[in-house]
Amino acid sequence: MQINSPRFKERAHQALDDANLQRALGNLKAGFPQKRAQAVACMPEFDDLRDQARDLKNHILEHLDLYLEQFESKVVENGGQVHWCRTGDDACQTILDICRAVDAKTVTKGKSMVSEEINLNAFLEANRIQPVETDLGEYILQLRGDHPSHIIAPAIHLNLEDVSDAFHRHHRRPKSDDPAVLMREAREMLRKQFVAADVGITGANFLVAETGSTIIVTNEGNGDLTQTLPKTHIVITSIEKVVPTLEDMTLFLRLLTRSATGQEFSVYNTLSTGPRRPGDLDGPENFHVVLVDNGRSDMIGSQFQEMLRCIRCSACMNHCPVYGAVGGHSYGWVYPGPMGSVLTPQLVGIEQAALLPNASTFCGKCEEVCPVRIPLPKLMRHWREKEFEKHLTPRAARYGLGGWSFFARRPRLYRLLSRVANRALRTLAGSKGRIHRLPLAGGWTDWRDMPAPSGRTFMQQWNEKKAGETAVSREKKA
Amino acid sequence: MSKAEILGNVRRGLKRGEASDAQRQVVRQRLENRRANLIPARAQLPVSGQVELFKTMAREAAADLIELNTMDEVPAVAAEWLRHHHIEELVCANDEIVATLDWAGTADIRRETRVARAGDLASLTSCFAGIAETGTLMLYSQPESPTTLNFLPDNHLVILRRSQIVGVYEDAWQLLRDATGGKMPRTVNMITGPSRSADIEQKLQMGAHGPRTLVILLVND
Repeated sequence: MQINSPRFKERAHQALDDANLQRALGNLKAGFPQKRAQAVACMPEFDDLRDQARDLKNHILEHLDLYLEQFESKVVENGGQVHWCRTGDDACQTILDICRAVDAKTVTKGKSMVSEEINLNAFLEANRIQPVETDLGEYILQLRGDHPSHIIAPAIHLNLEDVSDAFHRHHRRPKSDDPAVLMREAREMLRKQFVAADVGITGANFLVAETGSTIIVTNEGNGDLTQTLPKTHIVITSIEKVVPTLEDMTLFLRLLTRSATGQEFSVYNTLSTGPRRPGDLDGPENFHVVLVDNGRSDMIGSQFQEMLRCIRCSACMNHCPVYGAVGGHSYGWVYPGPMGSVLTPQLVGIEQAALLPNASTFCGKCEEVCPVRIPLPKLMRHWREKEFEKHLTPRAARYGLGGWSFFARRPRLYRLLSRVANRALRTLAGSKGRIHRLPLAGGWTDWRDMPAPSGRTFMQQWNEKKAGETAVSREKKA
Repeated sequence: MSKAEILGNVRRGLKRGEASDAQRQVVRQRLENRRANLIPARAQLPVSGQVELFKTMAREAAADLIELNTMDEVPAVAAEWLRHHHIEELVCANDEIVATLDWAGTADIRRETRVARAGDLASLTSCFAGIAETGTLMLYSQPESPTTLNFLPDNHLVILRRSQIVGVYEDAWQLLRDATGGKMPRTVNMITGPSRSADIEQKLQMGAHGPRTLVILLVND
């Protein structure tokens, strides 16, 4: 996927002016946060589970090499293969080689963000292998030549009419605006593809070291058909997804769906372990796990190690006021929202993604809902520091910060100026107490009024309060 | 080559070379002990409570749940359900439970024992366990119970015996290890209600790619 993160501001402006997008984003804001809150309310131990999940992930990362080696040995013991890929290009080439070895023409795909990350579809198409997305949302996007704007609700930026148009164009059937009819159409169309595919590619939510199993967590059942019907099953996944045992996987499963869709449990939690067994009548004959690093191992031991705890639930973006206003495409790459603002600079470079960690109000909601307690605002702040160190911060912001620090280190001058500014703003605001237009603050006042300062400055109030207290304590003594 | 590079980079990040014996010991113990993490109180109930919880949760997940007194009632009840939905055929698993059912009186339903194919309208399988915590069924692949039966047909009928219901996932993992000698089957399916998607405007629709209906035939044994 092309990296459009440097154009965040421009794209965010367009998104705010896009009435259809705003309508679609309304569905997100009305849905996920409320459903999560209900699910959490039904699980009194939820916060304790989050603590355990955080600690377990930390333990796994400290022993990551050992768990990955154990996972590989179990996959091999069960007749599968593990392919270690340092980069996205390595992973694409590995998958192409597997497809060519079985002379594959078409490939069905379950939903996988790692495959988006490495640009797999474009690579396969360029090599004359047709990938078919089977998740309903991903299928809609593929018909439209579009990309996901959310990690679990990929087509959240679309409205019913968009889907209806795309299906009418590609399926050549009477146009319908009934979601049930549209879904039935997709079901019928994809059924043929499931059966015809030579290779099925799925992602994985977790890799279990104890058994060499991979697990996918889905609601549609497309992932299961994708991996059961073709002769070859390829799992594309990344190194931080390994967990020790089935019991440990269970801890994360209890958190994942509740944090994501607010369901008690997803409809299908499916474990795959090697190829079909002697006597089995169905299931793939070949089982491959393509294990992608693509910059993740560089995060270990860095300020960003905690980001590797992420289980891709999407709670952070579902609760983010910025994501809710501008949508996922504004972020310009695969992973949007707060988790993307931390991960994208790591995976594509801060030079291209510096605007993303700045696209946050630091309200802290993302950290508050994260099932593995990733301190997302802190990590975004680390990226802002790196941006500043590398002189990537725009000149106006650098001068602004420099000017502020000059005054901040001269308290008397600072207090004098803030008193003057306070009075000036109140005068400017007039009797209604609201400022319509303010030099250098157009980004704010173009959209809404700026409230005037409510009264005296903090230091004035502080000094008055202290003076009052001193007076009271003197009276008491007297 | 890539493997050595990736693991080397991981170890560099962890500021160590190969793991120490003590670290290996910690990992080995975790893998061998398979200690449960925090188990929510919800399903830690006497058996009757677990059965009730299973029923509630399965229905909440939009499964159809029909209670039967004995296994002998399964063919008639399944046939009646199919007739009611205008379905005249049924693809069956070949496991011990399904294979020994007596189908007398259901001649109008064509039965076949095989893997599922695209276009099949209904399948009948048994399952390995029912998990009360979330009303979840556990099934696994064997020559007698091919996985396609759980996903391709439009309707999936599953026989669950009351005695197969456990409280939490952890109970089911232990039972699974005991039943399979510790070797994971190719596929383990945990199924909670019928297939669904909310990918169009976040409005929930049932029957995306898997079965549109999940019918649990809960047999009192």
